[in-house]
Amino acid sequence: MTALTLSNVCKSFGKVDVLKNIDLTVEENEFVVFVGPSGCGKSTLLRVIAGLEDATSGTVEIDGQQVNDVPPAKRGIAMVFQSYALYPHLTVRGNMVLGLKQAGHPKDEIERRIAEASRMLSLEPYLDRRPAELSGGQRQRVAIGRAIVRNPKLFLFDEPLSNLDAALRLNTRVEIANLHRQLDASMIYVTHDQTEAMTLADKIVVLRDGRVEQIGSPMELYNDPANRFVAEFIGSPAMNFVPADMIGGNTGTFIGIRPEYAQLGQTGQLNGTVIHVEKLGADTNAMINIGTDKPFTVRAFGQHDVLPGAEVGISFDQAKVLSFGEDGKRL
Amino acid sequence: MNKARRNPFNIAAMHGALILYTLIALFPVFVIVINSFKSRKAIFREPLALPDADTFSMIGYQTVMKQGDFFLYFQNSMIVTVASLFFILLFGAMAAFALSEYRFKGNTLMGLYLALGIMIPIRIGTVAILDMMVATGLVNSLMALILVYTAQGLPLAVFILSEFMRQVSDDLKNAGRIDGLSEYTIFFRLVLPLVRPAMATVAVFNMIPIWNDLWFPLILAPAEETKTLTLGSQVFIGQFVTDWNAVLSALSMAILPVMVLYVIFSRQLIRGITSGAVK
Ligand SMILES: Nc1ncnc2c1ncn2[C@@H]1O[C@H](COP(=O)(O)OP(=O)(O)OP(=O)(O)O)[C@@H](O)[C@H]1O
Ligand SMILES: [Mg+2]
Repeated sequence: MTALTLSNVCKSFGKVDVLKNIDLTVEENEFVVFVGPSGCGKSTLLRVIAGLEDATSGTVEIDGQQVNDVPPAKRGIAMVFQSYALYPHLTVRGNMVLGLKQAGHPKDEIERRIAEASRMLSLEPYLDRRPAELSGGQRQRVAIGRAIVRNPKLFLFDEPLSNLDAALRLNTRVEIANLHRQLDASMIYVTHDQTEAMTLADKIVVLRDGRVEQIGSPMELYNDPANRFVAEFIGSPAMNFVPADMIGGNTGTFIGIRPEYAQLGQTGQLNGTVIHVEKLGADTNAMINIGTDKPFTVRAFGQHDVLPGAEVGISFDQAKVLSFGEDGKRL
Repeated sequence: MNKARRNPFNIAAMHGALILYTLIALFPVFVIVINSFKSRKAIFREPLALPDADTFSMIGYQTVMKQGDFFLYFQNSMIVTVASLFFILLFGAMAAFALSEYRFKGNTLMGLYLALGIMIPIRIGTVAILDMMVATGLVNSLMALILVYTAQGLPLAVFILSEFMRQVSDDLKNAGRIDGLSEYTIFFRLVLPLVRPAMATVAVFNMIPIWNDLWFPLILAPAEETKTLTLGSQVFIGQFVTDWNAVLSALSMAILPVMVLYVIFSRQLIRGITSGAVK
């Protein structure tokens, strides 16, 4: 059974078309990540799935049932917001209880679910505190707890970690991955963060300007991007693009080389001047001016002494090179 | 805290200015209250002197208690003010919520239309209002006053409250929707508590003009049993003789309820005024 099917979903605000013909299926227990540049419609798509916005056209099916006219509370979903959106006047327990009470669950059932969720998220010591008395990380866990107690078929996360600091983000990311393994539910997760997308996803959906650019597993997108946009968006540092005629290809087309597939040497297929070096300890990124608009980035593993200003050659394995046509499509 | 604020000279200057302003603002009130406890002669001989054994007199309060139905007037004013405030806040907040939360055709136009009343004084329509009240048989009823004051207060209330409601996080309302709260519950339980300071601001700005108004009580409800306090006090002001003891006593007593209401709202009011500046 598929957890979610979107067919031909469009959404316009007045004259502005924000989502254009979105088709997507999410399988049971699948972890799907939406990525894309700011303003491409990720949050809007999530709100359409949740029922907080009506689709202008197209159908939304959750668990095999069309839910276009079903209110958010009855869709069997739960949502975690970037701003936590906890009820400020209720305690942690109150925040988690509210939705269940509203749905009319029996008291002992509510107690059981709260106990389980607070155990999973280690929220027991805070149950009687108000959101204002919690740290950012704790608030986010409460927001996740509020979603878990609803026992949804489908979780929706809208950039849940973007307000947390780096260390906490890593911990919470692992926690979310654990939750996904423990809970019998599908998850849709919106993020800007490459690492979150690559590590969490079973399937990544790349969006641009309200359109789906490509859907695939993280490694598919990395190894086999459908077009230049996806190739550039997935992977960090981003893929290098070089006009193909610089290495004897067709004029107008481009070749793409990932920074980790290129090596520095005395000579190579391309030559240029080092303009900047970033040493990260585990690897070293060198930016090289080869006469194109953007510098060419080479990522070397380990620590290397490269000095800005040095003349270097760049070599790469021809088999790892991707070719893109003038329109940006893969050749 | 920054240095400028801790500098003793600045603190002294700041407090000096505030104390001076307080004195100026309170002076008329002070004069009214002390004179209400003096005999008629003493009021005119030494208006600024405190009452002493010779000049102390409760004659003003006695006249007020005996004359007319002072408590009835008092009660009328209270009913009109509290009911008007209640309706202004309720309908104002509901309209503001609709304008700020829902996208519908003519939303902006509706907002502008509702705000029009801020610029056009309601007294311009007095004759038409009187006509309507006569036609509906509401003349000489407190309802007439409550309706007019509600209409008078709504434009500013809608304007201020919708501005504040736009700032309430969408995510919070959406979280409520996902938890299955109705739009009414979201309005009353999530949004209203968050805009309470703004509501208090609106309440205070409306309260005093309504309490003090002479115009509409005189025109719409001059009957003995619907007189408000301000109108009732006018009996002591004659064309030829004015019973100053009674006038001052009535005014002193009229200040009290306003002060009580003000104290209730003021904590919230201060937060409402400053929150706009800090955010
Ligand atoms: N209520 C609305 N009315 C009009 N336009 C809107 C509304 N909500 C969103 N938009 C527009 O829709 C587009 C997509 O917005 P959305 O919030 O979905 O982007 P996003 O991909 O989530 O971006 P980000 O990564 O910055 O969160 C934006 O161009 C935005 O201006
Ligand atoms: Mg977003």
